[in-house]
Amino acid sequence: MAYDLEFEKPLADLEKRIHTLQRRSEHLKPDEQTQLKKIEQDLLHRTGEIYKNLTAWQTVQVARHEDRPYAADYIRLMCDDFFELHGDRSFGVDHAIMAGPAKLDGQTVITVCHQKGRGMKEKQFHNFGLPHPEGYRKAARVMQQAEKFGLPIICLIDTSGASPALPDEERGQAEAIASNLYLMSRLRVPIIAAVIGEGGSGGALAISLADRILMLEYSIYTVASPEAAASILWRDNSFAPQAAEAMRISARELMALDLIDEVVPEPLGGAHQDHSLAAGNLKVTLLKHLAELKQYPVDELLEQRYQKFRAIGKFGRAS
Amino acid sequence: MVKEAIPPITTQASSTGQPKPGVHPSGNLAVKCIKCKELLYGRDWEKNLKVCPRCNYHFKLTAQERIDLLADPGSFMEIDADIISVDPLGFVSRSQVYATKLDDERRNSGMNEAVVAGYAAIESLPLALAVMDFRFIGGSMGSVVGEKITRIIELGIERSIPVLISSASGGARMQEGFYSLMQMAKTSAALAKLGEARIPFFSLLTDPTTGGVTASFAMLGDITFAEPGALICFTGPRVIEQFMHIKLPEGTVNSEFALQHGMIDAIVHRRDLRQTLARLLRLYAPGEGR
Repeated sequence: MAYDLEFEKPLADLEKRIHTLQRRSEHLKPDEQTQLKKIEQDLLHRTGEIYKNLTAWQTVQVARHEDRPYAADYIRLMCDDFFELHGDRSFGVDHAIMAGPAKLDGQTVITVCHQKGRGMKEKQFHNFGLPHPEGYRKAARVMQQAEKFGLPIICLIDTSGASPALPDEERGQAEAIASNLYLMSRLRVPIIAAVIGEGGSGGALAISLADRILMLEYSIYTVASPEAAASILWRDNSFAPQAAEAMRISARELMALDLIDEVVPEPLGGAHQDHSLAAGNLKVTLLKHLAELKQYPVDELLEQRYQKFRAIGKFGRAS
Repeated sequence: MVKEAIPPITTQASSTGQPKPGVHPSGNLAVKCIKCKELLYGRDWEKNLKVCPRCNYHFKLTAQERIDLLADPGSFMEIDADIISVDPLGFVSRSQVYATKLDDERRNSGMNEAVVAGYAAIESLPLALAVMDFRFIGGSMGSVVGEKITRIIELGIERSIPVLISSASGGARMQEGFYSLMQMAKTSAALAKLGEARIPFFSLLTDPTTGGVTASFAMLGDITFAEPGALICFTGPRVIEQFMHIKLPEGTVNSEFALQHGMIDAIVHRRDLRQTLARLLRLYAPGEGR
């Protein structure tokens, strides 16, 4: 394990002491051995305590953690086979969106995911997980294929947003996102979206109009990045922690507001501490919802999907 | 720039002497053009539908002005006027409480929300009409805007009448967090239902149409058109500049840019809007297809 986030400092200190003791493990005195056990237990306890009470901003940091499993990690750990499909057949290839068929517990599903990449080279290759319009159009193409072959769709969401560059405007970023919403609302196959890290605004929503919205315990879903919201509403992006708090972006809070369907538990100290366990949890949850969704006749599924989003919104009447 | 081969608006004023479609006098003596700084006589400016005669800058219109401009006089019947926003998250920014801001906005604008919706007719052809108003929190889309847009689309489905939405928005309303974001999904899903019912959706983009509104219903028109020179984008110019470390020339992402890149069908001068809509309503009239 490694504790490298700022709020994990007490944990990192405990871990350091454990390492120091472990290094001399063969020469430890009996009382030192008891001490080691005690610190190890203390570390687990403190980790649990800290992670149970994460602030919104701390959750943002966990959701963005470099070592957190990315979509490609989940696919590799959950699926038996995955064949990546490339290109939107119109303009180009976009590696910020990864899509293709995979076997999940013996059944073929179509996966559509954001992929961020780890390390500078990979990140550049995946454009830091910021999709271009051609990425969304590839997603559309592959999801239409899912409908054609009657295959359920699994979307793994992890982006800080759609790419905000001028060429993206030229190629119709807004239209690409809007068209996916239009398409997904009527696709005649079950769709499950799981936010695994960052659910960043329209760029995340563009592949998450689904029958079920799941969120990993320390993932976030935001209308605008905390930095962007802070720079607009606070006129200073150093207020990002306040913006994160005010927007209610954590899985737990969105679940409490009844806006998502399930929170998928993460390993102690976050998904980055144990990729296999995180993937195991997600797989079990996906399979459960998939089994449920498959029972509905397609027309009922579509009506439920429509009503699910139709019902979101809070308003009153002028007196 | 596109040249629209349509003659200027010729209104068939009804015999009862009702006001003609257009911008009604407000009593402003003089107005300075925001773009070219030309000093304009208020009456000339209003007669010119709040378009600068010198530089063609299309001033923002209020929802009511736009309805007066587009709809047959007396035809507009507002629905859902009394739906108002609440503060679902208890949102506070810089010691400003969203609930209080809503009260202030309602008082200052005299409007309940950033969109006005209802039945209307253009040259006696019925339609479901929603018009956004930028004055109310930048025309941002929260629960109420999403709800009213969705209802006007559903009205179109119910009554089998075309839907026209005139957009003017800075995007999603951040103070409503996830609720705002999901209005993109809700409105787009409603349009997909409208599409299945084979009822046309006309999307009019006015200055500015950006962010989550552009990336949902505004870009989903069967026919999408814009007023000249309107800011139209997903990402605002300032954010693009910051992200790319470049300086964008003024007006880079606007109606003309959108047309040039194949994102909209036409640019229509304000004086031609009403007649263009009437033409489209006839071209796509029910019974023309099978």
